[in-house]
Amino acid sequence: MLHLIDRRPSSRGRSAVNRERFLRRYKSHIQDAVRKMVGERKLADMEQGGQVRVPKKDISEPSFGFAHGGDREFVLPGNREFVAGDHIPRPQGGGGGGGNGSAGEGESEDAFVFSLSREEFMQIFFDDLELPNLARTELGHTEQKRSVRAGYAKTGVPANLAIVRTLRQSLARRIALGGSLAQSIAELEAEFGTAAATGHAKRAAEIYAELERIGRRRGELPFIDEPDLRYRNRVMRPEPIARAVMFCLMDVSASMDEDKKDLAKRFFTLLYLFLTRKYGQVDLVFIRHTDDAEEVDEDTFFHDTRSGGTVVFSALDLAEKIRAERYARGWNVYCAQASDGDAFGADPARSARFLREKLLPATRYYAYLELASSNSIDHVSALWSEYERVADSTDNLAMRKASERDQIYPVFRELFRKESQ
Amino acid sequence: MSVISHGADWDFDLIERYDLEIGKVAAEFGLDTYPNQVEIITSEQMLDAYASSGLPIGYPHWSYGKEFIRNEQAYRRGMQGLAYEIVINSSPCIAYLMEENTMTTQALVIAHACYGHNSFFKSNHLFRQWTDAEAILDYLVFARHYVMECEERHGAEAVEEVLDACHALMAHGVDRYRRPAAPTLKAETERLKAREAHREREFNDLWRTVPTITREKRKPRSEHFPAEPQENILYFVEKHSPKLEPWQRELVRIVRKLAQYFDPQAQTKVMNEGWATFWHYTILNRLHEKRLVDDGFMLEFLKSHTNVIAQPAYDSKAYSGLNPYALGFAMFSDLRRICEKPTAEDRAWFPDIAGGDWQKTLDFAMRNFKDESFVGQYLSPRLIREFHLFAIADHESERDLVVDSIHDEHGYKRVRKLLSEQHAHYMRVPDVQVIRYDRDGDRSLTLRHHRRRGRPLTDAAAQVVAHLRRLWGFSVRLETWDGESRIGDVMECAA
Repeated sequence: MLHLIDRRPSSRGRSAVNRERFLRRYKSHIQDAVRKMVGERKLADMEQGGQVRVPKKDISEPSFGFAHGGDREFVLPGNREFVAGDHIPRPQGGGGGGGNGSAGEGESEDAFVFSLSREEFMQIFFDDLELPNLARTELGHTEQKRSVRAGYAKTGVPANLAIVRTLRQSLARRIALGGSLAQSIAELEAEFGTAAATGHAKRAAEIYAELERIGRRRGELPFIDEPDLRYRNRVMRPEPIARAVMFCLMDVSASMDEDKKDLAKRFFTLLYLFLTRKYGQVDLVFIRHTDDAEEVDEDTFFHDTRSGGTVVFSALDLAEKIRAERYARGWNVYCAQASDGDAFGADPARSARFLREKLLPATRYYAYLELASSNSIDHVSALWSEYERVADSTDNLAMRKASERDQIYPVFRELFRKESQ
Repeated sequence: MSVISHGADWDFDLIERYDLEIGKVAAEFGLDTYPNQVEIITSEQMLDAYASSGLPIGYPHWSYGKEFIRNEQAYRRGMQGLAYEIVINSSPCIAYLMEENTMTTQALVIAHACYGHNSFFKSNHLFRQWTDAEAILDYLVFARHYVMECEERHGAEAVEEVLDACHALMAHGVDRYRRPAAPTLKAETERLKAREAHREREFNDLWRTVPTITREKRKPRSEHFPAEPQENILYFVEKHSPKLEPWQRELVRIVRKLAQYFDPQAQTKVMNEGWATFWHYTILNRLHEKRLVDDGFMLEFLKSHTNVIAQPAYDSKAYSGLNPYALGFAMFSDLRRICEKPTAEDRAWFPDIAGGDWQKTLDFAMRNFKDESFVGQYLSPRLIREFHLFAIADHESERDLVVDSIHDEHGYKRVRKLLSEQHAHYMRVPDVQVIRYDRDGDRSLTLRHHRRRGRPLTDAAAQVVAHLRRLWGFSVRLETWDGESRIGDVMECAA
């Protein structure tokens, strides 16, 4: 009668599709929340999920219902002190104790709060920037070789002898060669038996000699022969380097205000996320500069202000020194520089030359972001025009100007395009 | 007979043995049920089931996602436990049991859902009249496929817009006076095919060249359409909307059908839960009498049972309305008491049933009533006293709330009447009906809210009208009437 089914192993997450729809519908709320989270987070924590609040009124589903007002009666349980005709002052904040129960239940929270998973967070983060399939892009050529196993070979050095494989070959060979011999031995033995039993002594002696001859032949099959030998084989295969270092260079002179730093942070974040998707390990180096450069930690980098002039060269020089010192071999080097481009005198030309001659050859990719105020987006800074000349002659320098958040993305598009060609 | 099992652990064999014994007891009491299908699920799957009102198959929609996230959050933070079971009205009757339950709880749930609810679904007149337990699973499959196909063809956004609008009017998509045809997957598919075929067959390019009749020549149609006010707004939209595409019409129909399917459950909450609770209590006690379960089992069962039927007082923190389990269980138990051990008061109030056959009386009550009439008919003075029920009048003209009546000699009838009304349809859903479709004019649709006792609509009404306007395609107006006169402004959502 009873039909009992164990549903536990069957698919979970039947609501996943509905959840995804919900997220899509409230995308703007969620995007706001993500944007806020991005502002508050450290680069390395950027990939985690987080909590989103959506105002309850925005997600309610409307229907015709009764509002307060008019006349009604409702029945409640648990009377202790009242008799008919008693007056009770109206409770503050909406009338009545909710006889229908529908009005007063659990509405006290004014926001609908839920968590985003890491994947959802990333999806929305990149969605905001319309960065398609970032992780799938092929990145340039490979540089390191690694020895990997590649089956078995018939030749090799004794140290690589694959014993089990060799014995298997040997056994197979012995079975193959000895099979017909064993069969004739069995036949002859049977014949010998009948010959001996029926008294044909001569015939029996012949068979006996034959048996001995075949037995000797079988004994002479070698246990291990040259063709049995098998060796483990290894080949060298080129592999991409799995480590990357990212240099973040930022101008922190007084002209870089909070807005510009926020733009820079987004820019660094994108590059960082891109690199973490591509490489197993990503190191971050933060270098800030005014007229002098120093390596700092992330907090100081984004939140500490300093004042002074602008000498871009100092930062480039420091970056190159750190690279040569710590990341000389086996690292993919990426640089991202953010500045408002206000460099003076000999500095721009000197920086550009240094970039072309020293830094660019050693880096996979160098991205320069010039942060302009929205009203001076057409202004060409000295640093920009010098860099432009470098960019013309090399293919791993991308440069962009940005004054708004949505302009950050094209820089990455640039990065993208070059790599896929 | 010996005890079936000791301890909390359960396995599939034990569940089957308990079901066998529970089934025997249920048959002793004459419960008529659909075949049972029990599915063991995890808490995660229970959350999934919550989001779709327990339906095993549903069409995709964001509101289910919202529901899922809400429940999940509440559950993870420990604010809300999960129900032990969910049961749906289908044949076979599907009940979900959670794997975390103890053996006692599983037995309780089997008695409650597979025999209590199940027999109610099979026998109550509302379910018999308005739902087709055989066909619902097929229909759900059809609905899901149809919605997903529409999404593929017309885009998820377009589908969502229609579904949102329909959901807003779901409470106004229920027929209460006509028997809907039973939809089966086969019939539905055939109907759609026929509709397509008819369109293709009747296609004639000549129609394009026929001169159109001018306004003057056309025979004047009746002034008023519809002739009678229509309370099933979704039905009216499906049949008469001038702008809906066929697939949109079909979506309206799907939502309307689901609304119709769930309506009996909303109308019989107290009875349904009361009936199931009464029977799990009666059946498990009988098992104990037959020495099939031990005292430990009974203690654990009684603890769960008392939790389920607890009714906190109105001023307690735990109060969240009248507990339908408590009220329903008390009423069915009280009916049995009235039959078995009537008092003088019972004989005065219930002369027909006092001292009668309790099984017949309960069976009759279960079959022929809904919450409104059940309370109106069977709530006894004794229960009113036990629950300390009292009625509060909330009148606009009064500065204070006034205690209308309490559990005393003068109040019984009044309290019973008010509690019965509280479960009536018109107390849950405002009376909004279609009164005019201006077919020959601007094609606008006019709704009338018949205001009862001065109770206004919530502000969400404007959004609902906007949703309806999206379905209708032309202006939609909402008038409010009190008695014979129109009051207030007409809410209009222009084309």
